[in-house]
Amino acid sequence: MTSIATVRRQGWVLLGLTPFAAYVLLFLALPTTLAIATGFFAKDGQFTFDNVAALWDPAVLRTFGSSLWVSAVTAVIGAVIGALLCYALLGLRSGSNVRGLVDAFSGVLAQFGGVMLAFAFIATIGIQGLVTVLLRDVFGINIFAGGVWLYEVPGLLLPYIYFQVPLMVITFMPALEGLKPQWVEAAATLGASRLTFWRRVAAPILAPAFFGCLLLLFANAFSSYATAAALISQGAQIVPLQIRAALISDTVLGRENMAGALALGMTIVMVLLMTAYSALQRRTERWQR
Amino acid sequence: MTRRIIPAVAAAAVLALGLSACSGSADATTDGANASSVDATTATSADAFGGFDQLVAAAEAEGELNVIALPEDWANYGKIIDLFEQTYKITVNSADPSVSSAEEIQAADNLKGQDTAPDVFDLGAAVALAETAKFAPYKVQTWEDIPAENKEETGLWVNDYTGLMSVGYDAGVVKEPSQLADLLTSDYAGKVALNGDPTQAGAAAAGVQWAALQNGGTADNIKPGIDFFADLKKAGNFLPLDPTPSTIASGETPVVIDWSFNNVAATAANEGTIEWKTAILPGAALGSYYNQAINLDAPHPAAARLWQEFIFSDEAQNLYLEAGAFPVRLNAMVEAKTVNQDVLDEVGEPPADLVQFTAKQTEGASTLLASDWAAAVS
Repeated sequence: MTSIATVRRQGWVLLGLTPFAAYVLLFLALPTTLAIATGFFAKDGQFTFDNVAALWDPAVLRTFGSSLWVSAVTAVIGAVIGALLCYALLGLRSGSNVRGLVDAFSGVLAQFGGVMLAFAFIATIGIQGLVTVLLRDVFGINIFAGGVWLYEVPGLLLPYIYFQVPLMVITFMPALEGLKPQWVEAAATLGASRLTFWRRVAAPILAPAFFGCLLLLFANAFSSYATAAALISQGAQIVPLQIRAALISDTVLGRENMAGALALGMTIVMVLLMTAYSALQRRTERWQR
Repeated sequence: MTRRIIPAVAAAAVLALGLSACSGSADATTDGANASSVDATTATSADAFGGFDQLVAAAEAEGELNVIALPEDWANYGKIIDLFEQTYKITVNSADPSVSSAEEIQAADNLKGQDTAPDVFDLGAAVALAETAKFAPYKVQTWEDIPAENKEETGLWVNDYTGLMSVGYDAGVVKEPSQLADLLTSDYAGKVALNGDPTQAGAAAAGVQWAALQNGGTADNIKPGIDFFADLKKAGNFLPLDPTPSTIASGETPVVIDWSFNNVAATAANEGTIEWKTAILPGAALGSYYNQAINLDAPHPAAARLWQEFIFSDEAQNLYLEAGAFPVRLNAMVEAKTVNQDVLDEVGEPPADLVQFTAKQTEGASTLLASDWAAAVS
């Protein structure tokens, strides 16, 4: 009797998921498949491995290199600063005003990306930005003395960290909150110092969640497009910009299908990350049972 | 139960009404086209309509024209569109002014069969030559004035205007360059921008080609041009920022290598705030004609053809000239004295030895840019 009821309930649950599943299939799986599939055809529709082989071109490899290091650096910096911020927040009473405020801000700032963010940076530290002009005219400091780095790959670091830190706060905070006070007490009862507790109990419990968040941050930066597109206009220096170049170039024609191959390269990186992420996630869940 | 059915029925009814309304309007437009008894989509000249007046009537019956990638401050397109709207009872819908030539073709593909698809194109040479299958042949009334090398023989594309590569600069910030090598000096530290990425934008590629000609290169070898920008980067003078009217106005890009008509437009746009000047340097001059073409699947085929007639009319050609762009009918207009002489005196005659890259040379230059540019400037 009960088993039939369960089966029936599961049936309804699956039915409820159908619209979402159809949505994902139509607007995520299908376009992704089509985009990647184009990488295996020449412009005239002939099957070819040329586009995929072109991924080994030194210029393309350099682009992937830039994408990887920008994502890695901003993910690590964002994760460390974000985690420290979470730890500081933990010291505050749950439900305190400050904590509520930081939570709310993080939620908003983590989504403040794209052209808006690029514009905010251009307006503050661009060539004629508020801060740039102030530093130059009042303090005699030229932040662009060594070249206009804001419009090159290193210029992506600051804007990316700007949204990485709050993203870390909103994703890592729940894990930190999951540390039960009883564990501290139990450890103290057994004679552990605070340092020992963090080293032997908290760190191993939090590590999977921390690295999971780190991977999420990496993926977030790796796939970011609009901020970079608004800042960098020379050289298509990261992979999403290279895809744009392949699609819209007025001068180097017939490379539209190269975009598919580049998307394939990005997808492979992402799949590797997702696999690592879900493995870590399974480890974290062990502690939460 | 019934409550649920009623909204469903109502929704279905609304949908059905909507659909029939759509098909009704579709019928109406077909009728409108039939009324003139000419199939505008295949007309290759005004004569096919029974004369220019009939073309105007057919175009006005359509009432609308979709253009794409025509910024108001590019070669005077703002005024050209205004004059077209004033002259004929046609509304011009200008979409995505800042997209590239390649994106114009993509828009035509994506919107095919819809009434928002572009009717006409204004394209860089490389894209125009690669996409001729998407164009409808049409010969304007002023066809004979256009030199043979400036048009496809059946009228699939026709050159409309060219600029000269030039250096625009803020005279309040830097002094006038007398040669391209001046830009390598410390006076121009972090100040020299190129209009776009040459592996993507035609104007930027022309900037590199021009730098090549100015530095001992040829149309067949633009390496010296890439080297020039590598030196500019090494000197710390290259500004890797895409200049726009707003970056010029805000002073972010005090020196811009771009088509003369864009730099001339910036002078007028910033009058009273910054003193923007255009330097056409001595030595080799580079031009590159843009190409006018009709979309084969134009939703307003008659209006598209009328626009074509208008673009090559004295009025529109003089408006190009006013913006510092040389119209393709310039010589014929000088001869016929229909050119706006005051404007021509101001802009100056185009240099006799204007270099223009052939399709093959452009392609060769692009291949070299694709492999060498990123390394030169990063």
